Amino acid sequence: MTFLNHLINGISLGSVYAIIALGYTMVYGIAKMLNFAHGDVIMVGGFVSFLTVSSAGVPAIVSVLISMAVCTVLGVLIERLAYKPLRGAPSLAVLITAIGVSYFLQNAAQLLWGSDSKVFTSVVPFNSISLAGGKLVITPESIVTVSACIVIMVALTLFTAKTKMGKAMRAVSEDKGAAQLMGINVNSTISVTFAIGSALAAIAGILLCSAYPTLSPTTGSMPGIKAFTAAVFGGIGSIPGAMLGGILLGIIEIFSKAYISTELSDAIVFAVLILVLLVKPEGLLGRHVREKV
Amino acid sequence: MAMLKVEDINVYYGSIHAVRGVSFEVNEGEIVTLIGANGAGKSTSLNTVSGLLPAKSGKIEFLGRDLHGIAPHRIVGLGLTQVPEGRRVFSQMTVEENLDMGAYTRAAGEVKDSMADVYDRFPRLKERRRQLAGTLSGGEQQMLAMGRALMSHPKLLMLDEPSMGLAPILVDQIFDIIKELHASGVTVLLVEQNARMALSIADRAYVLETGKVALSGTGAELMASDKVREAYLGG
Repeated sequence: MTFLNHLINGISLGSVYAIIALGYTMVYGIAKMLNFAHGDVIMVGGFVSFLTVSSAGVPAIVSVLISMAVCTVLGVLIERLAYKPLRGAPSLAVLITAIGVSYFLQNAAQLLWGSDSKVFTSVVPFNSISLAGGKLVITPESIVTVSACIVIMVALTLFTAKTKMGKAMRAVSEDKGAAQLMGINVNSTISVTFAIGSALAAIAGILLCSAYPTLSPTTGSMPGIKAFTAAVFGGIGSIPGAMLGGILLGIIEIFSKAYISTELSDAIVFAVLILVLLVKPEGLLGRHVREKV
Repeated sequence: MAMLKVEDINVYYGSIHAVRGVSFEVNEGEIVTLIGANGAGKSTSLNTVSGLLPAKSGKIEFLGRDLHGIAPHRIVGLGLTQVPEGRRVFSQMTVEENLDMGAYTRAAGEVKDSMADVYDRFPRLKERRRQLAGTLSGGEQQMLAMGRALMSHPKLLMLDEPSMGLAPILVDQIFDIIKELHASGVTVLLVEQNARMALSIADRAYVLETGKVALSGTGAELMASDKVREAYLGG
């Protein structure tokens, strides 16, 4: 039973990583850049939800929507102000800028909201489910997180396969120049990608803080790096890869904590990444299912 | 009146002066070709017309409208579509999705008829419409690239090296298709290294050498010119 409990916790944490990893992988697929500020957008999402609930007293679900809206605008602004001027610049310049934006967001949050951790109240208003005489406990956060992850996965898959904008995103990710010759506005396609990724980051931030209820300006950085790892693990640029990578990473992390060592769990997670990349440099699903977005 | 008017454009790649004061015109209903060796500035000229490269100086007018500063995706909407060199089909997308992308600037209601037209013209594409474009042969990919461009319903179709890398029999087929398209009312600007084929179907032609227009005239005139025969038609 404890094994099952750990597995559920792992899948739940992994679902959060997966939702974050989708943002990394979509932006990478379209703009061919690693947006290292993505993790900090998660933190902003958490804070917006926290503040709207605790100070303004809005209902949890409304706070989620506000948080998504704020992060969407933030993501699009970051792209416009920081990355767009660097289109065509060497990728190292873009990478350094992304790290700069990440520190900017962390410090801005510290200035605005202080550096002490806040206690986040879960946005999920249900009680845990006990099964097998209390031996197996499923938290409502787990259920909501895993369901959100599945819904997002299905929605994104349909979006990229069926809609005009989704197909345009795939076209841009494959060949920007040819996409322009089709009449596709590459800049607005990139903006839409950042908007979707950032809205997902808001959801991920709130789910993460609901399950692990502390919130500080650096809350997003570790999950951000792990989700990036998950995206690479699954095959960066691939939507199913981000999902698979995220969930596996979550399971590995929780199992390492439970059965090996809490202190070493992060080291184990990254060691697994190194191993996978040694054997399969393109990531788990990075080859045949190259549905890059 | 000239449909496309390119006047004295200069284009640079960094410090390399790739196109030096090139001027040419395409009139409605014509097939015009730019021929010349590798690096003569043919593709660069085409990409400048498409808005992918900026001209440092000079003027490009399409249907009386100055294209300066207009983004490439808007130029397509004006009826000026390019089939790029090397086909550049979206290899991870199906044939039909590629055609959908070609119709990106058009209203949803108009796409269906255009798709049927393209499938009529290229039955091969219809057979393979669910297949990923990357699995097609070179000739089929060229057909897809042309079909995709036709989906935008262009007034002027610019083709960059459509015969490149194709077997002779396919080259003939591609040129037949270009003639058919022209007969159905599409104006064509063709960039080719295969000068013999290009001149044989062109109303007028320009010879580019090291970024400049070296010669121009009707297709027949250039075909008969000693200079062209020696340099481009193998004597």
